Amino acid sequence: MPDNLCDNCGSKAATVNLTQIENNEMFSYHLCEDCAAQKGLEATTEPPASPLPDFLAQIGDEPREEETSNSECSFCGLAFTVFRETGRLGCPHCYETFESHLRRLLRRVHGGTKHVGKIYLPPDPTVSEIEKRMEALRRKLNRAVEAEDFERAAELRDRIRSLEPV
Amino acid sequence: MNDFTTIPDYGLSWLEASGDHSDIVLSTRVRLARNLQGHAFGTRARVNDRQAVLANFKEVFARSESLMKGTLLEMKDLGPRARRILLERRLVTSDLIGKTEGDLPAGTAVHFSHRDPLSVMVNEEDHLRVQSLLSGLRIQESWEIVDSLDEELGQELPYAFHHEFGFLTSCPTNVGSGLRASVFMHLPGLVLTKEIGKVLQGLTQVGLTFRGLYGEGSDVVGNFFQVSNQTTLGKSEEDLVDHLDKIVRQVIQYEMQARQVLLRDARGVTEDKIWRAYGLLRYARALSFEELMNLLSGVRLGLSLKLLPGLRVYTLNKMMIFTQSAHLEQAVGKDLGSEERDSHRAAYVRRILSSEGDVITNS
Repeated sequence: MPDNLCDNCGSKAATVNLTQIENNEMFSYHLCEDCAAQKGLEATTEPPASPLPDFLAQIGDEPREEETSNSECSFCGLAFTVFRETGRLGCPHCYETFESHLRRLLRRVHGGTKHVGKIYLPPDPTVSEIEKRMEALRRKLNRAVEAEDFERAAELRDRIRSLEPV
Repeated sequence: MNDFTTIPDYGLSWLEASGDHSDIVLSTRVRLARNLQGHAFGTRARVNDRQAVLANFKEVFARSESLMKGTLLEMKDLGPRARRILLERRLVTSDLIGKTEGDLPAGTAVHFSHRDPLSVMVNEEDHLRVQSLLSGLRIQESWEIVDSLDEELGQELPYAFHHEFGFLTSCPTNVGSGLRASVFMHLPGLVLTKEIGKVLQGLTQVGLTFRGLYGEGSDVVGNFFQVSNQTTLGKSEEDLVDHLDKIVRQVIQYEMQARQVLLRDARGVTEDKIWRAYGLLRYARALSFEELMNLLSGVRLGLSLKLLPGLRVYTLNKMMIFTQSAHLEQAVGKDLGSEERDSHRAAYVRRILSSEGDVITNS
């Protein structure tokens, strides 16, 4: 039986993963949508967030002047007006405080807002953070192999291996 | 501690003129800007933020075998002249040591690796600036050295990283990769043939930027330019590094073509300019730093065109560093006024040219 079929009916494709813990034992089920519905589960894809705020941010809708000129970072106390004057932020939290203004600025300066380079792994990483980092490392590895830089490739392979589940 | 004996090559290995195209490209620098979570940075960092960042770095330093073999210099432990010497060797920035002697910022330090020309500035504009400075055109190599130390530090320190914006920095122009790669180039051919404006304009159109000798906002002196990536967000580090490498190689080609044009169309004038520069350096009794840089430019061109046989690029590189004020003061052991400085500078140049810069004149 191919492993992408429903564990319950065995005929339809499994799209829902169900993990249950009973008497300290963990059970994993892969179910099709119909069987999942019978068990009272719904597919857990989140409804798409309203695209409007993002869209407005992207076309550079200027926020009302008073809203930004009074705002101040709650962590380091940097006032928006000071940031405007010096062009320097005061702490990591400022990136959230002044996010909408920053998005426009970053788009103007860098042509976009999405980092595509190295992925930093925090001390307690999530699975998706690990996957993103491995993907970035694999890209690097391919490049090193293409350039026949085998010393570098070996180093990168070690970095990837250290992230693989044992 | 003013002699920096514990730093490999006294931090001067980038002068050795060993990399590719070292007559045109003096050095390559790659730096990464990193900040730690939970602390204000840049102008908002208070004394306790700065002390905590330094303490954090020192803990890693004490745990890591490779870092421990290196040297950690806290700026407060150095005299003002020693700090200026580090600045003149391009190993620290004026942000790290303060604009004047009186305003040394709290908690500033620099760590030098025991092996590579690799260092970390602590409490500069960003909490950490990891950088390598190599001789000649070696962008990829410089990036790899920096990358591997960054990996090691990143495992020990809680970097401020945003899922979308990447590594967070004090200045939004550094955010994302935090990577700035810059190449220090000598382009007299393009300046003399008046092609430089076009080339510099071209650089800005392909996402690169240029600066003078000492980084941001400094003047272009002696036909030296620092070419670097303008943007840091939206491209991988490898793409940034490859792109700069590719464009710099093109600029080198243009520079070599311009030099051929000079030799073909204006050989007499060019030779005269070069020999006059050499003559002035060899016999002048007073030289300002700016005049020296302009004369060195002529001599460097002559060396590159093989018009001054017997001179070495290394000798010229060394002259650029050891004729700056703190180095001159260190050599005579006292502070110098500007007139005294100019005469000591000229004396140093005469001495070094007579010992390792004798040129065979076969007119």
